Amino acid sequence: MSRPYALLLCLLLLAPSATQTALAQAGAKAPDTLEQRLKACAACHGDKGEGLAGKNEYYPRLAGKPAGYLYNQLLNFRDKRRELAIMNYMVAFLSDTYLFEIANHYAELQPPFPAASTRAPAAELARGGTLVMQGDAARQIPACTACHGKALTGLEPAVPGLLGLYPPYIAAQLGAWKNDKRHAMQPDCMHTVAQRLTPDDIGAITAWLVAQPAPAGRKPAPAGSLRLPLECGGLSGKKP
Amino acid sequence: MRWQALLPLVFATLLGTTACSRQEPSAAPAPAKADARPEQVIRGQYLTAVGDCYACHTVRGSPAYAGGLEMATPFGMLYTPNITPSKAHGIGNWSADEFWRALHDGRGKDGAYLYPAFPYTNYTKVTREDSDAIYAYLMSTPPVERKNRAHALRFPYNQRELLAGWRALYFRPGEYKDDPAKSREWNRGAYLVEGLGHCNACHATRNMLGAIAKDDDYSGGLIPLQNWYAPSLSSSHETGLGSWEMRDIVDLLRTGVSARGAVFGPMAAVVQHSLQEMTMVDLQAMAVYLKAQSEKPASEPLLAAHKPTAAETGALLAAGAMVYKDRCETCHGGDGKGVPRVYPPLANNQSITMRNAVNPIRIVLNGGFPPSTEGNPRPYGMPPFYQELSDEQVAAVVTYIRLSWGNEAAPANAVEVQKSRGVPVE
Repeated sequence: MSRPYALLLCLLLLAPSATQTALAQAGAKAPDTLEQRLKACAACHGDKGEGLAGKNEYYPRLAGKPAGYLYNQLLNFRDKRRELAIMNYMVAFLSDTYLFEIANHYAELQPPFPAASTRAPAAELARGGTLVMQGDAARQIPACTACHGKALTGLEPAVPGLLGLYPPYIAAQLGAWKNDKRHAMQPDCMHTVAQRLTPDDIGAITAWLVAQPAPAGRKPAPAGSLRLPLECGGLSGKKP
Repeated sequence: MRWQALLPLVFATLLGTTACSRQEPSAAPAPAKADARPEQVIRGQYLTAVGDCYACHTVRGSPAYAGGLEMATPFGMLYTPNITPSKAHGIGNWSADEFWRALHDGRGKDGAYLYPAFPYTNYTKVTREDSDAIYAYLMSTPPVERKNRAHALRFPYNQRELLAGWRALYFRPGEYKDDPAKSREWNRGAYLVEGLGHCNACHATRNMLGAIAKDDDYSGGLIPLQNWYAPSLSSSHETGLGSWEMRDIVDLLRTGVSARGAVFGPMAAVVQHSLQEMTMVDLQAMAVYLKAQSEKPASEPLLAAHKPTAAETGALLAAGAMVYKDRCETCHGGDGKGVPRVYPPLANNQSITMRNAVNPIRIVLNGGFPPSTEGNPRPYGMPPFYQELSDEQVAAVVTYIRLSWGNEAAPANAVEVQKSRGVPVE
């Protein structure tokens, strides 16, 4: 976690979760739903996987990302290919089957997107837009849209959408790929791409992405609809 | 994962349905797929799970039994060895005799003394027959060519010869001998708990040299460096099981949840990798033996004797009650009774009122899930509150649950909470 956000984490208070009728009155049963089971996740990712806009924007939106992507990340955290202590701990003892079910749960949810933020200077936004939509052939940087879909809503079954996320999360993840702190299954194509990005590129891409309005269609692009410019591991989205 | 945590974390890659899967006493024989492996290997797989060899000899996300786990100890860093049948790096060149000597007498292939992070003080109780079965199973697993890493212990602990002195003081080799005054079931439980299960590797206090006073010491202790408190299994004020129904003990061990509480932290790993693989017969035997431990007289005065005064706790309790109402009551109930096998009760739950408050503090800070088990495949989670609540609020709410609904325990304080934020989550 980058230092400013670590500090932010310590300072920010989350709003109390919606109060419900107490479950545990004598003889009461807990709702037999996934949402109830996953209250632990809601503390950082919101009840509907929408994230915590304005409260803690280091944690990502999960809702609507392809299930295969979410499942891969849960496995990566459990098996420590991806490191974040609290996530490594949360999923440490959960089975493949349960993690797959959790991934599908969040993939199906479609809460509203956060409002677009266009505070960045025009020049930075323009630069970000060019990188996202066209890439930079001279530096062998493919367009984000080449893998994440023309509408940036991701690609089934395992490439995530890039909209609806928050600036601290996007910047931290691109930084983590670049600095070898985030890993995916081999061949790790995002690692390759991130090596070619400068810190300024990351800032510009982040600024442009968070300036976009919610996409009209929120579904990820269908499987096989894009020919990826790089070979990437873990894209089969296999069931356990 | 560290040190004694390793010890008890046992697991085995017992996926697959085999003759090892648990038997319901009254169930008709399962039409299990015939396991073509030799009987001894099948039995060895079961015993390897009981011994939780996986826990220490496997790095999460890496091949089973290939070692390489870092074990931070008060004496320096240990790296667990490869116990796959690799001839270059594992036990591929070991004989069954040498394997037995390691378990029974704590010596490596070359006869050198092994560090007692390897719980041979427990494994010495294992029978030769069981040792041979575990050996046969491990030798049947795929060899993994992963090189061992040398330990990084501080002087003088890096001098293995000095273990001769340690052994003279704290180690008596010897197979488990039945106590003729006790039932067969009790003796089977004792064999499992004191031997392969190595429960007191965590559930006892270690002295300055990492030794445990007695084989049947279950007085509880803080797991060094990992800072989870492994409660006493013999004090009824902690998790002594005297007041537990047999069914609840077996439920907890087999599924990770019970009407009396749920497992978190290192114990969740033990349930997932080891205990849930055990037969009902063996779990019952362990429960009988463990329940009997709390019949022993308490070795120390109970906390109730130092019941804090209202003046000491008044403000904390008031603040804690507010936090509880906002954040906890929805699931755990205004009466602290929870929902059986879903949300642990906080009232009359010994893991809330143990002498050391570190476990409830950590669970409030980090939340977590009990393990997915066959008996509880989709556990309910507890949210982490480390962002939402200040040290003072955590101390207040932990104090509140330690002193409500008939619970009696010492108050928690913000300094303890602050300390818990500083230790690794796992």
